[in-house]
Amino acid sequence: QLPTGLYKKVLVILHDSVLPYMNEPTLMMDFLTVAYGIGGAISLLALNGLFILIHQHNLEYPDFYKKLYSLLDPSIYHVKYRARFFHLTDLFLSSSHLPAYLVAAFIKRLARLALTAPPEALLMIIPFLCNLFRRHPACRVLVHRPGGPADMSEDPYVMEEEEPSKSRALESSLWEIQSLQSHYHPDVAKAAAVLNHSLSEMEDDISGLLELSAYELFDKEVKKKAVDVPLEFEQVRGLFGKKNDIFAEHFSLD
Amino acid sequence: SNPFEVKVNRQKFDILGRKTKNDVGLPGVSRSKAIKKRNQTLLKEYKEREKTNVFKDKRFGEYNTKITPEEKMIRRFALERQQNYGKKNIYNLNEDEELTHFGQSLAEIEKLNDIVDSDSDTEETGTLSAELTAAHFGGGGGLLRKKVSSEQQDEEEEKPKSRKELIEEMIAKSKQEKQERQTRRESALELTEKLDKDWKEIQTLIARKAPKSERKDKEAEKPKPDEYDMIVRELGFEMKAKPSERLKTEEELAKEEQARLQRLEADRLRRMRGIDEEADKKRPSHMSADDLADGFILDKDDRLLLSYKDGKANIENEEDEGEDEGEEEEEGEEEDNENEEESQEESASEDEEDGDAADNHSDLESDLESEEEVAGNKEEKKHKANENESQNVEKLDPKREAAKSELPYTFAVPESYESFKSLLAGRTIEQQLIILERIQKCNHPSLAVGNKAKLEKLFGFLLEYIGELATLDLPELRTIDKLVLPLYNLCQMFPEAASDRIRFILRDAAHDLEGAIEVKGRAAFPGLDMLIYLKIVSLLFPTSDFWHPVVTPAFMYMSQLLTKCRIATLQDVIKGLFICCLFLEYVSLSRRFVPELINFLLGVLHISLPKNKAQGYTVVHPFTPLGKNLELLLVCDKEDLKSWEKQNVPLSIVTRLKETSRTVINHTRLSCLALCFDLIKRCAALYESLPSFHEIMHPVRILLTQHVPVNEYPEKMQEWYHSALKELENKVKHYTPLICEKKKPVPLKQYTPKIVKVLEFGRKQASSKKEQERKQLIQRHKRELKGAIREIRKDNQYLARMQLSEIMERDAARKRKVKELLGSLATQEGEWKAMKRKKWKS
Repeated sequence: QLPTGLYKKVLVILHDSVLPYMNEPTLMMDFLTVAYGIGGAISLLALNGLFILIHQHNLEYPDFYKKLYSLLDPSIYHVKYRARFFHLTDLFLSSSHLPAYLVAAFIKRLARLALTAPPEALLMIIPFLCNLFRRHPACRVLVHRPGGPADMSEDPYVMEEEEPSKSRALESSLWEIQSLQSHYHPDVAKAAAVLNHSLSEMEDDISGLLELSAYELFDKEVKKKAVDVPLEFEQVRGLFGKKNDIFAEHFSLD
Repeated sequence: SNPFEVKVNRQKFDILGRKTKNDVGLPGVSRSKAIKKRNQTLLKEYKEREKTNVFKDKRFGEYNTKITPEEKMIRRFALERQQNYGKKNIYNLNEDEELTHFGQSLAEIEKLNDIVDSDSDTEETGTLSAELTAAHFGGGGGLLRKKVSSEQQDEEEEKPKSRKELIEEMIAKSKQEKQERQTRRESALELTEKLDKDWKEIQTLIARKAPKSERKDKEAEKPKPDEYDMIVRELGFEMKAKPSERLKTEEELAKEEQARLQRLEADRLRRMRGIDEEADKKRPSHMSADDLADGFILDKDDRLLLSYKDGKANIENEEDEGEDEGEEEEEGEEEDNENEEESQEESASEDEEDGDAADNHSDLESDLESEEEVAGNKEEKKHKANENESQNVEKLDPKREAAKSELPYTFAVPESYESFKSLLAGRTIEQQLIILERIQKCNHPSLAVGNKAKLEKLFGFLLEYIGELATLDLPELRTIDKLVLPLYNLCQMFPEAASDRIRFILRDAAHDLEGAIEVKGRAAFPGLDMLIYLKIVSLLFPTSDFWHPVVTPAFMYMSQLLTKCRIATLQDVIKGLFICCLFLEYVSLSRRFVPELINFLLGVLHISLPKNKAQGYTVVHPFTPLGKNLELLLVCDKEDLKSWEKQNVPLSIVTRLKETSRTVINHTRLSCLALCFDLIKRCAALYESLPSFHEIMHPVRILLTQHVPVNEYPEKMQEWYHSALKELENKVKHYTPLICEKKKPVPLKQYTPKIVKVLEFGRKQASSKKEQERKQLIQRHKRELKGAIREIRKDNQYLARMQLSEIMERDAARKRKVKELLGSLATQEGEWKAMKRKKWKS
């Protein structure tokens, strides 16, 4: 009913400036459920208030995880509220009572979506997935399946399936992270390579990584002191003079 | 020997079969031996400790044991005879000395062959006749006799002349002689003059012959002396060039080049994998003993070695330089000359080039299997071609020549960017290149101390200049294209400074971007200059490294550009596609995965579609599934669709698109779309090996197969489309379940003792042979050290003993003398007393 801008503004402050001062926070239940159902950024924001209701006021929300699962789409890595969303997701998935298939579905979906993510998000999501593996050892089949079939022609995981239990995530493997091992950013590649080895017991602390911005990442790189600078040994022959230069085929210097 | 002298070392346990060296000792014998030896050596030294003169025995073969005594004697005798050979008279002691008078040997003067005349101011070198001297000074005996013999005939006929007559006759004779000589000289002069005249006539004849013949002949004839001059000069310069190394043959050179390229490639691969970086870091880098620790590394030996090609010295550059320096003062005079010479050289080098090409060809034929080598040769050739080009630039036609001659030969490195700009302002590209080259040559870091910093600054100026050229309304990309060469050379010289400079630029750009996002919430694509800089990064640095101080930040910056910048106009799309190309180029060797690239290409495809068709795929920031700025690449005009032909997108379009017509814009859109298809195709080829290739390309494939209106596209575009789709489709799906790398099991701690095989009792067990050897050496060293200390101690004792005995001897002698003196005094006293007593008595 509300315009989108106002919706967002309300939802951003709801959890810490409105709910604690209400006598009956449960009254907000309907508003939040509706907001959660809208989809997109508003859903992400409504999560926070909803979490408080569930956590402190005994709200029973049917199919909460299914809804959360359907919230995951490529934009979650690009939106402004990424940090808040992943903080909450981390909380929701920290319960050890969750069934393995559900966690596996989340892991698989997040990893799949990570294939379109920028490096700062990747640096956050990879330790996030590692933590999930630590909390739910049953999911480790995703990275370690010794007795599985040697060759598959298809990824068993069904991306389009809304229901986590039917997504067959547990039969799959995390090829996405393996792909990310050849990411152009050295830190991402290193982080992804961690899953090659068995994980350590301690969980990674991702709170510092949630707010990571691209500019910080760039700044860190640019400030690194280099001992020596390797040089290109191929002699330059003009701006587009390399061998099989793509530019020479499509651009001209006029 | 004497049983009392034998000392037996008793052993605690007798062991069968053991041989001991030291069971019996002869202390007396050994001591006396030692003392004897010391007497011979140490005592001698001690006694001669303050003497510095040495007795040298120079007798032939005295200490040579190889020669038998008889032979020795014979040789000595021969030597003696040899020494005395020259002397004829044993009593003539200084026989070979020569007595001189005014530097002339007296013996010669005595022979009187050549008499120096005192009055040399006469025209003739004037030796007085022998008769005259004889008459004046009485003459030598020999001469007199000679004269007498010559005049005997006269005397026979005539009566003897009086002395006066004789003298008169002599004077007359000498005068006659003088006259004769003069006439002879005159005639000789005349003759030479005549000869000269004749020659001149003949010469004019020869000279007249030339113009009669055709002009061609003259042209052919004229350069001849020049060629000769050139050769002379060349030879002259050749003498200056220092001999460096043995000249290498073609194959050797090719092999070296190949080895160098292979080494560099291996190095690059290692850096690309980025695995053993840490291990590498720990090893301290090798420092040459001659290293000045100024961080200057001569990557390429740019000194020209003296080399020959087709029998000609290959030293153009040095020569040029030499000429430059030498001819600065006399520029005006020699200008023409030099130009001529240059053109000559030019043709010569062209000849060389031809020869080279032929050589390469033969190489190709001989070893086809070594592709590397061929590549190396090619590169070399291209390099040469470049050089040639720059030389061509120097030559050119006479008009340019005149303009060129205005360029000074030496340049100081400009201190500020403004002065740098003013230096290059108004010059053609070629001239700018020449200026830059000369600046580099004149200020080579090996010439002066501050030059390094200056040239490092020059890199910055050049970079800035390129940026400025790119931001002009009409970007001078052709100039930039050429300026990249000096930039590359400077970068090779100063990698650190160059990387710092480029990083600085990148940081500024990223900072601006971040600022724009914070203030306005969105950012626009940067200007063409940043795109050019990013392209230059890929030219100067290896982009395949796992981590690189310049390339990694450049990656990050490009990633930000593709994700943060808003796509509002067609220019933005072109810029974005340019960056996509850059990404592809950066990762072309390392095949690294760039998600932003795929996202952007998907977005570009999306905006080429009509609205409201986004199904089955999701576009991410900066593209939106709904809203404005859609259909940027959508072309509906049938005419334009038909008339479209694939053409390269001119880069200048990003600054001036507004003026162009609608058709042109539509065509540009279609070109962009074609470029997008091509990029997708390349991505597909590049990422084929990624395990989740199909997931990555899934949205693109859906868009291509379900949404793109292929049939409306012109035929050329359909080709692009199909080739891209084909590349996407014909990849096999292949998944293998992941398996963690096996961890090495940690062994349990156990208490069972370590069992070591004992091979020989009594000997220390060492693990390896090397260790054993080492221990043995240590033991031997210890033993030797002990022995040496003992010897030294004994030496000292011996010396002390000698000194003591000396002192005692001296003391005893003194005592004896004192006693003697006292004795003599006592007797004297006694005698004196006795005398006194006698006197007293008497």
